[in-house]
Amino acid sequence: MALRTPLYQAHLDAGARMVEFAGWDMPVQYKGLLEEHAAVREGCGLFDVSHMGEILVTGPRALEALQRLVTNDLSKCKDGQAQYSALCNEQGFVIDDIIVYRFSADRLFVCVNATGREKDFAWMKAHELEGSHFEQQSDAWAQIAVQGPKAAALVDSLCAPHVIDLANYHFRVAVVAGIPDCIAARTGYTGEDGFEIFCAPARAHELWNKLLDAGRSVGAMPCGLGARDSLRLEVAYRLYGNDMDDAHTPLEAGLGWIVKLDKAGGFIGADALRAQKSAGLSRKLVGLKLTGKGIARHGYPVRAQGSSDSVGVVTSGTMSPRLKEPIALAYVPTALAAEGTLVDVEIRGKPVAAVVVKTPFVPPSTKA
Amino acid sequence: MAQYPETLRYTKDHEWARIDGNVAVVGITFFAKDQLGDVVFLELPAEGTVVKRGDPFGVVESTKAVSELFAPVSGRVVKINQALVDAPDGINDDPHGKGWMVEIMMSTPAETADLLTSEQYEAGLAH
Repeated sequence: MALRTPLYQAHLDAGARMVEFAGWDMPVQYKGLLEEHAAVREGCGLFDVSHMGEILVTGPRALEALQRLVTNDLSKCKDGQAQYSALCNEQGFVIDDIIVYRFSADRLFVCVNATGREKDFAWMKAHELEGSHFEQQSDAWAQIAVQGPKAAALVDSLCAPHVIDLANYHFRVAVVAGIPDCIAARTGYTGEDGFEIFCAPARAHELWNKLLDAGRSVGAMPCGLGARDSLRLEVAYRLYGNDMDDAHTPLEAGLGWIVKLDKAGGFIGADALRAQKSAGLSRKLVGLKLTGKGIARHGYPVRAQGSSDSVGVVTSGTMSPRLKEPIALAYVPTALAAEGTLVDVEIRGKPVAAVVVKTPFVPPSTKA
Repeated sequence: MAQYPETLRYTKDHEWARIDGNVAVVGITFFAKDQLGDVVFLELPAEGTVVKRGDPFGVVESTKAVSELFAPVSGRVVKINQALVDAPDGINDDPHGKGWMVEIMMSTPAETADLLTSEQYEAGLAH
């Protein structure tokens, strides 16, 4: 049986349609994907993301131990700041993409994907240094994402101390709606301003209800994984397991900006990534817009225009609710990766014209 | 609660057919569109295409899912709802009316005897 978050009953009560995702019974939609998508772009939406995992790293060598595991440079992440990053194996392939929340050099909190709860923890634990301690905390936290142009003011209205001053990718421990010891982080996966709030699972339902009550006047509504996926795809945020995995490197996935090859002390996978970078990438993740009729979906082949040979593959695709155009991410050979390159996506056996475009498809509106 | 008009016939694959002489007007049911979620794309065969009962004749896609359309009867597609192809969200609003997809000139009208009544279809949904 699939796992349930502390908000499972809340989803059923709200009439959500549930699906299994990464072993969890999760709401895919409540009222409808398009309505929920619009609510987040224009007002405020709430997402239960309690399926995600958390790992706490403590000890005098916590920073050093984690720094060796992540591609980004934690020495550039200040206390109270969060940093998007990736775990790679020795071959430079992506084990997971993560967010590291730095409380201090000896206390860092890591949010991982649902599929990474055990896998990431085992990897980290295997690389623990004396003087560092990795602690599995995935069952000790629920997480609610509050996203949209009206989300930050809503969250702030319930927070003590206030959090509205926080810049993007910064966080603070706060009492939220009377619930102590929450972590309010100005992060998200929608391209909108907002917060992700970590809280004790026993208080999650209460927090969910209080957020919805307080958000009623601004039209805050519960949103499912369906809208979460279309929102993140419009801003070209990668989805682990779709757009990258342990057969692709972060460089290929277009995440070079979180790969700091020259950081002091290096990191696992750096040698392989350095070699790949100097040899040049043979394939890249690019954005596509379909100019022919159809919607590209995960797994559909990509061909050079007019060719019958499959040379690439769609990793994510949808009809963009904002642009009302079919958009996709796809791996293509570097020779086909330049903006403006015409390709065909094979949809049910037939070629459908597409063009390589710049991503994000929709510019993010996150706080500066 | 969804209403399944008694004037329509249904398949267990959630298509409906309105039989008018030798012509069957075909669409998908409220249940089907409700399961799909917001419909954003529709692909229909060219007029003149010959279809066989039970075979796929088109594709409907929602924001999340791709679903094939299965012909409830055999025959030749004599008309398609181009307005719906151009604006597939019409299915979301009125699946049993404006959401009609194709008209099929039936080659074997006796097949309609195998279609479900609204009562039978609704009973099937209850399981």
